[in-house]
Amino acid sequence: MATVQRRPQVYSGTRIPEPIPSVLHAPEELRRSGDLLTVNFGPNHPSTHGVLRLVVDLNGEHVVGIGAVVGYLHTGFEKTMEHKTWWKCITYPARIDYVSFQYNELVFVLAVEKLLELEVPRKATWMRMALCELVRIHSHLVYLGTSALEIGAISMFWYCFRERELVLDLFELVAGARMHTRYFQTGGLAEDIPVGFYGEARRFCERMPKALDDYEAILDDNTIWRQRTVGIGLLSAADAIALGQSGPVLRASGVDWDLRKREPYLAYDQVEFEVPVYHGGDVYDRYRVRMEEMRESTRIVAQCIERLEEMQGEPWIADDRKVVLPPREELHTSMESLIHHFKIVTEGYRVPEGEVYVTVESPRGESGCYVVSDGGPKPWRVKFRAPSFVALEATATCMRDAAVADLVAIVGSLDGVMGEVDR
Amino acid sequence: MGYEGVPGLVETREAFGETTLVVDPAWLLEACVHLRDEAGFNVLSDITPTDYLGWGERGVAGYIGTPSGRDINAPGSQGDSRRPTTKPKRFSVSYHLLKLDGDPRRVRVQVWLDDGQPVPSVVRIWPTADWHEREAWDMMGIPVEGHPNLSRILMEDDWEGHPLRKDYPLGGEPVRFSGEE
Repeated sequence: MATVQRRPQVYSGTRIPEPIPSVLHAPEELRRSGDLLTVNFGPNHPSTHGVLRLVVDLNGEHVVGIGAVVGYLHTGFEKTMEHKTWWKCITYPARIDYVSFQYNELVFVLAVEKLLELEVPRKATWMRMALCELVRIHSHLVYLGTSALEIGAISMFWYCFRERELVLDLFELVAGARMHTRYFQTGGLAEDIPVGFYGEARRFCERMPKALDDYEAILDDNTIWRQRTVGIGLLSAADAIALGQSGPVLRASGVDWDLRKREPYLAYDQVEFEVPVYHGGDVYDRYRVRMEEMRESTRIVAQCIERLEEMQGEPWIADDRKVVLPPREELHTSMESLIHHFKIVTEGYRVPEGEVYVTVESPRGESGCYVVSDGGPKPWRVKFRAPSFVALEATATCMRDAAVADLVAIVGSLDGVMGEVDR
Repeated sequence: MGYEGVPGLVETREAFGETTLVVDPAWLLEACVHLRDEAGFNVLSDITPTDYLGWGERGVAGYIGTPSGRDINAPGSQGDSRRPTTKPKRFSVSYHLLKLDGDPRRVRVQVWLDDGQPVPSVVRIWPTADWHEREAWDMMGIPVEGHPNLSRILMEDDWEGHPLRKDYPLGGEPVRFSGEE
């Protein structure tokens, strides 16, 4: 059977709708003809990755008008965090993007550390990297499993969730919780790395490339998969930049941009990895970018484990008693430790006045955190720059000329997590 | 990199390794076009409005259920802090720009606004501003002038008030239907 080898032509000019960049309006003459069917796609549709509602104007099988409606999962995280001490706030960000939970936690902790000008021990930095790359694999596995499921490749879902379980087991080993670990602490990590983690993580790193080979064997040259994804949901490099896209969506449109390389944070300048870039700007290339990112993440995790093993016995959190909880065992013998513990837990620590904007490369793209402190024990303002929020702005551009059956493929490829979109 | 040529520039601040350009709101569009076309900031990363009502005063961020609350934010309650520097107006809107090319750079453009004072829309300069500006209107009540579709985005269309304002009660929610109706 001949597979589709044609690479899509990325259009010239712009496909961003006018005047509203995120809403595609059906042409007036079509609207007057009465042939249009307006369909509410969602909010409770299993393939919208949460509660996204798309109001779609259909002309037969073709999408001629589309607008995304979000907000069904608005939880008020940012408002709530203004009323919690810095220390308690760390629990919240992980719930915002519940598929790549560590990243919002990381970006918030990095922002607080930037305001405190706190130096983090290298063991914590490398462990943060290892866990974040594991979350990237987890997030891409969820993307791959659910997106393939929506297009009809049901078996992929079970394969992906098999490996996802292994990642979650690693988190359970480290933090006791499978998701929403709250393992990152201002100044480092909440606990030391448990015995046995390195071996388990290494076993996972050995297994993952083989699993990826299997996924690719199922999907890469699969005729149905290619027909459903190649040339669908086009987004050119110029449009992607204008729409503020980031992460795999941007890299699948031919822009070589990864914050881990371009603005290295943690210790990304000390590990070896490649940044996959594809030029098709379609659903298939977004899939390919994520597949290769999983391979690269596995490589990074392996390098982190190697480095971490040399750091046995080193501290995992900064020794700053004004910010960091004292070791548990000291509470029984040291009055000062007890006082510090009590003060941090009840009143919280104070963070110097100022405003910072910190960004990291999350599985969905540029995850940013803007924090304002008035010098008190609670944040004055916290704002998360959610990459999914921005990705969904591109729905109207990607779905120009799409057929109704492509909707789910395109929404899946943008990989929006509604918890993060609505915050 | 100097930003002296930015139209309407009021102040340049450097803190925590980040550059903030405070711009007169009347000159915001010119400043943004200049930064995009001359300085190469081709990506708008984020727009964040901030409410500074009660900044440096007591009782704003109190506990739920008490009018002024037990204010642990009060400067001096731990004996070692000072009053924060005063802010020129109630609201700030920060535009986080990114120069996406071989020589990446970030800058924050900031405008200061009174309650109800409109800010011009930058949708024509960076289309990605569409939802960010709707969120600024929805959450903080910043009227964005010239936005093609300024409606609520996260809250319902008929919602009253702007939840992220400091005078919006935490935990308080209007009762839609009561027994008297």
